[in-house]
Amino acid sequence: MTLTALHDISAPLAPEPTVYDYSEAASSPRELPAPLLRLAGVSLEYRTPARVVRAAHRIDLDIYQADRFVLLGPSGCGKSTLLKAVAGFIPPVEGTITLDGVPVRGPGPDRIVVFQEFDQLPPWKTVLQNVAFPLRASSLLSRRAAHQRARHYIDKVGLTPFADSYPHQLSGGMKQRVAIARALATQPRVLLMDEPFAALDALTRRKMQEELLALWEDSHFTLLFVTHSIEEALVVGNRVALLSPHPGRVRSEVNSHAFSLTSLGSPDFQAAVRRLHDRLFEPEPGTSERAAP
Amino acid sequence: MTLPVAADARLPPPIRPEYDRPLPPFIEAPVTRALPLTAWLWQQGWLRKGLILALLAAAWEALARFQNNDLLLPSFTATLSALADGFADGELVERVRISLAVLAQGYLIGAVLAFGLTTLAVSTQFGRDLLSTLTAMFNPLPAIALLPLALLWFGLGNGSLVFVLVHAVLWPLALNTFAGFQGVPETLRMAGRNYGLTGLSYVWQVLIPAALPAILSGLKIGWAFAWRTLIAAELVFGAASGKGGLGWYIYQNRNELYTDRVFAGLLLVILIGLIVENVVFATLERVTVRRWGVVR
Repeated sequence: MTLTALHDISAPLAPEPTVYDYSEAASSPRELPAPLLRLAGVSLEYRTPARVVRAAHRIDLDIYQADRFVLLGPSGCGKSTLLKAVAGFIPPVEGTITLDGVPVRGPGPDRIVVFQEFDQLPPWKTVLQNVAFPLRASSLLSRRAAHQRARHYIDKVGLTPFADSYPHQLSGGMKQRVAIARALATQPRVLLMDEPFAALDALTRRKMQEELLALWEDSHFTLLFVTHSIEEALVVGNRVALLSPHPGRVRSEVNSHAFSLTSLGSPDFQAAVRRLHDRLFEPEPGTSERAAP
Repeated sequence: MTLPVAADARLPPPIRPEYDRPLPPFIEAPVTRALPLTAWLWQQGWLRKGLILALLAAAWEALARFQNNDLLLPSFTATLSALADGFADGELVERVRISLAVLAQGYLIGAVLAFGLTTLAVSTQFGRDLLSTLTAMFNPLPAIALLPLALLWFGLGNGSLVFVLVHAVLWPLALNTFAGFQGVPETLRMAGRNYGLTGLSYVWQVLIPAALPAILSGLKIGWAFAWRTLIAAELVFGAASGKGGLGWYIYQNRNELYTDRVFAGLLLVILIGLIVENVVFATLERVTVRRWGVVR
C-alpha cells in the first residue's frame, strides 16, 4: 500500500500518555473514579451460514461519566458490533459488559442508540411522537410529561417548526437530529452513536458535529461514538480507542480533549491525524519485511 | 474579441476575475406557488377514474344500441333503471345487506386467524413451517372447490358460506402479513427493542405499523377473494332459508330471463367492489401508509 510509505518509523508508538502531551492533563495523574461503563475481556462472534466469525477479541475499555469516547477503526474491526453488544443486541461470547457495575442483559432505554440508517425513526410517527416514543414505550413518563420533554429536546436540536412533520418529510440531517433528540430525551446513562453522520453530506456532517458538541456542553451526557473518520474521532471525542481489524482488538487509546472544530487546520491536529493514520495503515507484523519491533 | 476556440487543448484554462455579490433577500417572486388548474385537476384521482368509468359506460351503451337485443345485452340506461327499481322496492337493499353480513363474518374470522397464524410464525420456527406448509397447500385451492365439502359439513346455510369465505381470506392475508413482518428493516426492529419493547407490545407497536403496507394489500386481496367467492357460492346455493344474497338475485333473474336485472345485479357487485376499494381501502391508506410516506 502506498500509504505505508508515509509511515514515520521514528514516531513514538509507546502507550499513553507519552504520545499526546497535553499540558493540563499529563501533569498530575489524579485518582480515577469507577468507570460508568466497563468492557472487560469482551469477545464477540457472529454467525454466517458457513462459519462463525470472531468480530472482536478480548476488548478492555473503561468509559467514565461524561466521556465522549470514540471507537475508531477501519471497516471489519468490529466497532459497530461492539456498540451493539453494549446496547445489548449481541451477547458477548466471553467477558462482561457492566454499566454502573450491573451486567448488561438485553437492550434497554438506559442505552439509547443513534443508528446511521435513517429508517431508525418509525415512519408512522411524527417528529414529536418519535421523540416521545421511547419515553412512552418504556413507560418512563406519562403522555403529557413525555410530550413536554420531547418538545424541550426538539427545541434543543432546532426542529420545533417540524414537530408535527413525518420523517419522510425531513432531510437526512433533520432525521438524525430527531434521532439525537429522541436519544437525549430518554436521558440514557450512555448515549450510543453508530456512525450517526456517515450517511450525511460533508457540510451537514460538520454542522451536526458542531451541534452535538454544543449539546454535550449543555448537559454533559456520556457518549460512546463509533466512526471510521480520524478527523471526526478527534473532533467529537475526548478519548479515542483505536481498533485493529480481523478480529477487532484495541490497538491504543489516545486523548483528544484538546481538539475541537476550531483546531481542524492546526499543526497539532494535523500531527495527531497523521499519527492515528499511521497506526491504522501500519502493515501487519509478519506480513511485511520490516517486522514489528 | 474572438470566440474561444477549443482547438488548442494544451493551453491552461484562462484565469478569470473573482467576484463576490452579497445577495439581498429574494422578494421578486414567491418561492412556492400553486399548481395551474389543469395540472391540479389531473392530479385528482377520482376525476381520472371517473373519466374511465364514464368512457366504459358510454362504450357499453353504444354497443347495446348497436346490438339492439335486450335479452342478450340490455343497454346501460336500462340496467340503471332496473337497478333503481330494485332499490326502490327495497329488494336489492335487502339482498346486499344479507351478502355483506355474511361477508363481514367470514372476513373477520379469516383476518383474526391470519393474524394468529402470522404472530405464531414470527415468534417460532415451528409456526413458520406451519404457515408456509399450510399456505402452500391451501392457497392454490379454489374456495368454490371446497363448497361441496362445506355443504356436507355445515349444511345449506350461513355456516357453509362463512367456511369458504374464511378459506378465501385466511391464506392470502397470512402470506402477505408474514411477508410484511419479514420486510421490517433491521434498524427499526433494533430501535424498537432499544426502547424496551418486547413480546406483544413489540408486535403491536413496531411490527404491525411497519408492515402495514403489506398487511393492507393482504386485506385488499382477501377482500376481493372473499367477495368473488361469496357471489359465486350464492349463485350455486344462495337461498339459505329463503333469503338469498346478491348472487342468488342474479341467478334467480337469469332463470326468469330478466336480463336487465341480471346486469343490475352484476353492476351492483362491481359497484360495491369499487366503493370498498376506492373509499374504504383508499381512506385507510390515506390516513396511514400514504400519510407516513411509506407508500407512494
